[in-house]
Amino acid sequence: MSEFFAQFAVPHPSTLIYIAMASIVLGSIALVAIVTYFKLWGYLWREWITTVDHKKIGIMYLITALVMLFRGGVDAVMMRLQLAVPENGFLDAQHYNEVFTTHGVVMILFMAMPFITFFFNFLVPLQIGARDVAFPRLNNLAFWLFFMGMGLFNISFIVGGSPDAGWTSYFPLADNEFSTSVGTNYYMLALQIAGLGTLMTGINFITTIFKMRAPGMTLFKMPMFTWSALIANLIIVFAFPVLTVALAMGTMDRLWDTKFFAIGDGGMDMLWANLFWVWGHPEVYILILPAFGIFSEVISTFARRNLYGYTSMVWSLIVISVFSFAVWTHHFFTMGQGAFTNSIFSITTMAIAIPTGVKIFNWLFTLYKGKIVITTPMLYAMHFIPLFTLGGVTGVMLAMSAADYQYHNTMFLVAHFHNVIIPGVVYAMLAGLTFYWPKMFGFMLNERLGKATVWVMSFGFVLSFIPMYITGLDGQARRMYTYSEASGFSTLNMVSFVGAGIMSISFLMLVWNIWYSFKNSPRDIGSDPWDARGLEWATHTPIPHYNFAITPDVTDSTSEAFWDAKKNGTKLFKGEIQDIHMPNNSGQTFILSIFFFIGGFALVFSMFTLAIISLIGILACMGYRSLEDDHGYHIHKEEVELIEKKYDKEGGAK
Amino acid sequence: MGKVNNNVPLEYSTEENNLKIFGFWTFLGAEIMLFGTLFASYFVLSGRTGDGPTAAEIFEIGPVLAETFILLTSSFTIGLAIHAMRLGSKKATLSFMGVTLLLGAAFISVEIYEFVHYVHVGAGITTSAFTSALLTTLGTHGLHVTFGLFWGIFIMIQIAKRGLNSVTAGKTFVFSLYWHFLDVVWIFIFSFIYLKGMM
Repeated sequence: MSEFFAQFAVPHPSTLIYIAMASIVLGSIALVAIVTYFKLWGYLWREWITTVDHKKIGIMYLITALVMLFRGGVDAVMMRLQLAVPENGFLDAQHYNEVFTTHGVVMILFMAMPFITFFFNFLVPLQIGARDVAFPRLNNLAFWLFFMGMGLFNISFIVGGSPDAGWTSYFPLADNEFSTSVGTNYYMLALQIAGLGTLMTGINFITTIFKMRAPGMTLFKMPMFTWSALIANLIIVFAFPVLTVALAMGTMDRLWDTKFFAIGDGGMDMLWANLFWVWGHPEVYILILPAFGIFSEVISTFARRNLYGYTSMVWSLIVISVFSFAVWTHHFFTMGQGAFTNSIFSITTMAIAIPTGVKIFNWLFTLYKGKIVITTPMLYAMHFIPLFTLGGVTGVMLAMSAADYQYHNTMFLVAHFHNVIIPGVVYAMLAGLTFYWPKMFGFMLNERLGKATVWVMSFGFVLSFIPMYITGLDGQARRMYTYSEASGFSTLNMVSFVGAGIMSISFLMLVWNIWYSFKNSPRDIGSDPWDARGLEWATHTPIPHYNFAITPDVTDSTSEAFWDAKKNGTKLFKGEIQDIHMPNNSGQTFILSIFFFIGGFALVFSMFTLAIISLIGILACMGYRSLEDDHGYHIHKEEVELIEKKYDKEGGAK
Repeated sequence: MGKVNNNVPLEYSTEENNLKIFGFWTFLGAEIMLFGTLFASYFVLSGRTGDGPTAAEIFEIGPVLAETFILLTSSFTIGLAIHAMRLGSKKATLSFMGVTLLLGAAFISVEIYEFVHYVHVGAGITTSAFTSALLTTLGTHGLHVTFGLFWGIFIMIQIAKRGLNSVTAGKTFVFSLYWHFLDVVWIFIFSFIYLKGMM
């Protein structure tokens, strides 16, 4: 019995982990108590857990992303604190391994991914004038699978031990011999389950965008964000199955002693590196392309000007997506693949700078002669352009394979990708969050606090990451938990730590802004407070669950249909209100996902009976769903008219 | 349920079915990547046999030919089922689907025999990188066929209970796409794993 429980113990406990355990247990108890006290279980089940409304599913992704931003951020600060002074004893080597591994996985897969998926969910149907996504129930399932994968990953540091082989989980380091705890099992299975959800999202949104656009909306009239979402989802569908296979092989190597990546018996550790990056490099573009989409929306709105070079913007997205699959070995130039291969991948990697440059120049040309209004989202965009360009330039430096032998696996690399991902993805997500906040919640975030947040964040960012370029070129290796006084890295690392602290303050300012604005912001802002351009602003605020009473017709408009309607008097809503067909909520998807969670947990600890039971549960849910007859329901015309009349009376702008 | 269009086959007659069929094609795109990755890994590892047997030593042409004929025939019979469905014959649709699933079950039986044989001659999944990749690739295809058997049975139950309507027709059509796809994958397995391995 005690042996059974011993396997769940954390193999390398420390005071920090005990504190984390206690706070998680207390936090969970408090949460359950609050929900029970206010009798919210029924409300949560009916309105959120079982919902098929794309807007609500989007908001659930948003909450997940923000919580994970906090968790990944704490990991980041712990690392910077450990490195702030030489020979620090705050974290030991093993704990440091676990922290940088989870920081990477959490930030990429459980923060950035749900953040962009939030925008897919919330924006795409609204921008194309649809009532929902193509498969609303699959959408709910996708969220819960993603959520369960995230949950499974996050319990690893209090049950059984965290993964410690880096977010890339390179073999043989990730094999049982060198990663002895169950941590890497968690990595393999949690990513597998979350990845399934992501693949479903990809299929759902490709179908939605191709098949459910409003009348008159040709592909080259789609708003820029929808274009970026389409391309990102196409990359998802073609890249994630590669990860699925790699993770399955990795799981089998660890659990059943197969020989894919093992050393000996013919196994090949480089196969993992290749498969991982065949997925991993396109993954970077899955994140950055929607971010570009958000910036395009923000920049054209606040330059009060149509996006410059719309067609070239679309083509550059397409070209980037093709190139993204042709550059993966630049992640391991130094692992002995030969000069010829390195040269090919060096050139394709540099070539990506061309379409990206096209986009940067188009944004600049949009700003040129624009009537620029500096709002918080616009300020994020204005900080993004120079900072991201710096990240791009250092990316080209890394793409020179001969030179890469000097700075591979140093802090230079760390500085480069944070320099791309933070001003690129994180700034875009926060710009989009601020931009669409009034559409979601009916009040604006405070502008003064918002702008201060951007400045503090950029200041912290520069302070934190620019020194890493220097220490990297001087030879400070990444993933090393400490360094000697004699290395001379200490001053710059201390500066980085201060920068990380300042960045943390900016995130706290964001939280404070949300709370402050929730308390103080006026609620009578109408439905178009920014004077914006896309169809998503042609809805009421709050958006009724059917989105549009009448499907918009954009035959006479450009890609910025709502702007045209305001400026040229184009009529968007033609025809009469009719009965609206809506899908029913479903709890089965949640139950199915729970079985996935249990099955994943069982496999982590090699409890195969429990795994088989949950597999049967999964198949039973699918069988039940197959036989079920569900036709959804109709909202009657009179009811829609009543709701619409109520909005008109309250003065919600159309 | 959207409006019904009578000028197209039953499975394409509603908006909802159009979405589902398109979505399924997209899913098949993902499946191509999945099997493509498995094939690529197999080709990388196929010569890396360690101390274990090589492909030429363990492959037997008999069962493989049997599997090939059985599965290709089942692809033909699922085509007949769709044809019967378009002619509106519930009984013929069910019969041809039944034959398809029986052939699928026969395929799985031969494959299980084959796997037992591999283990028997010392080519288990843990023997070498080659056997791991071989059995994982074949096993993934086999699991797909097995899943298809259950899926097909559930669709047959619905056709038997509710007859041929836009919902059951859509499901049957999607199932037929899935089944043909598994056949295409098998042709690749037959050509590039077995024939190449035996040469």
